[in-house]
Amino acid sequence: MEIGWMVITALLQITVVLITVLLTVAYMTYAERKVLSFMQDRLGPMEVGPYGLLQPIADGLKLFFKEDIIPAGANKIIFSIAPIICLIPALIGFAVIPYTEGFTLFGMQGGVIADLNVGLLYIFAFAGVGAYGVILGGWASNSKYALLGGLRSAAQIISYELAMGFSIVGVLLLSGSLSLVSITQAQSGTWFGFIPQWNVFLQPVAFGAYVIAAVAETNRLPFDMPEAESELVAGFFTEYSGMRFAFFFLAEYGNMILVSCLASVLFLGGYNAPLPFLSFIPGFAWLALKTWALLFFFIWIRGTFPRVRFDQLMKFGWKVLIPVTLVNLLVTALGVYIYNN
Amino acid sequence: MVSREGVFVTTEFVPTDYLPVLIFFLIAGAFGGVTFLLGPLVRPHAPYREKLLPYECGAPPISDARQPFPMRYYIIAMLFVLFDIEAVFMYPWAVVFNQIGLYGLVEMILFIAVLVVGYVYAWGKGALEWD
Repeated sequence: MEIGWMVITALLQITVVLITVLLTVAYMTYAERKVLSFMQDRLGPMEVGPYGLLQPIADGLKLFFKEDIIPAGANKIIFSIAPIICLIPALIGFAVIPYTEGFTLFGMQGGVIADLNVGLLYIFAFAGVGAYGVILGGWASNSKYALLGGLRSAAQIISYELAMGFSIVGVLLLSGSLSLVSITQAQSGTWFGFIPQWNVFLQPVAFGAYVIAAVAETNRLPFDMPEAESELVAGFFTEYSGMRFAFFFLAEYGNMILVSCLASVLFLGGYNAPLPFLSFIPGFAWLALKTWALLFFFIWIRGTFPRVRFDQLMKFGWKVLIPVTLVNLLVTALGVYIYNN
Repeated sequence: MVSREGVFVTTEFVPTDYLPVLIFFLIAGAFGGVTFLLGPLVRPHAPYREKLLPYECGAPPISDARQPFPMRYYIIAMLFVLFDIEAVFMYPWAVVFNQIGLYGLVEMILFIAVLVVGYVYAWGKGALEWD
């Protein structure tokens, strides 16, 4: 019987989270085009609906009705399933993100779809699976641009995953748990009544490293070598069209939202209000606000920075970020040890 | 699970924690699968030879895309496997760090020292250079 309630609770929460994520993806594409346009003194989409607000829906419908082309010489099975391999990890990572304060629903714990005690490892494990979708899709297309894009993307993702992995060890040292619910709860409250107890104040270097690695992990400008338009056409999804293309697109934006949510949870206090008197605003609004601020940052740097070269990218990842995060880790461990004794 | 005294104890870990994850996985998969099943009913399908050629700036493609690619990528992949395993070792250490104290700290400094030796070696050998 308990299992039955568990399934119902899970289904309800998954429905809400999935719809929120898909809507955020849709309006993230709109926000990106609008913000970039304003930065470049243009108006952006204006035709579909008032101020172009229905543009994402029109785009989605258009892609749904587009012809699906599988190039001659492509490996049909791998070509077909690669977008799904990319999409599933980008979506199910949200299962462990605590989106609001815990509440009880049918006697089950709510506020997070699954409070896994290895939550963080779970997200990183599935992020690794997403890289397979990219490289398989690039290889299976039988196109030179796609192959190069896939290879570059895989090399970039695995290089920056290391820096990302090392940068969060500091947070683990401070909170002593891999569960994202515990990590969020450890960040409630304030120091001296006016500084929120967020990890970003104790781990500024780790936060910086995490954000840089997150931009690289999601293949965004200025690290968008895998799909650098001017040299690789569209990178690993050059040969994709219609819904399969839409799935790669969804996965990319889903991943952006996931890493932003994760940054909010790990460093910015998750659903906690910054100051006690602001806690009348519900938790999910704070999480959304923090995530949107980070997403705006993604768009902002896209509109501001030029693309780096691939060798510069690899050099920065291996020779700067990894040593910096390792030193940060040791300093944090020393600090925690001295503080405890 | 059996405790040290040989008595059965219940632990925090129960596989039912993962049930919502499984459901989420199935729903995400179904979302993709259903879209692919419905797609062919509404979209056009009119392939011809030129349309199916791999894109190469509009010109007929030269040779096959299945070609050897630089060794670099393999080296990066191997280094990644090594370093990522080190990172995974650090997670459980960081979680229990408050309970193992000075012993844990010294152990981790030694562990990272060994890691740095390998890192410096890879750097010196030029494995991290891209050119």
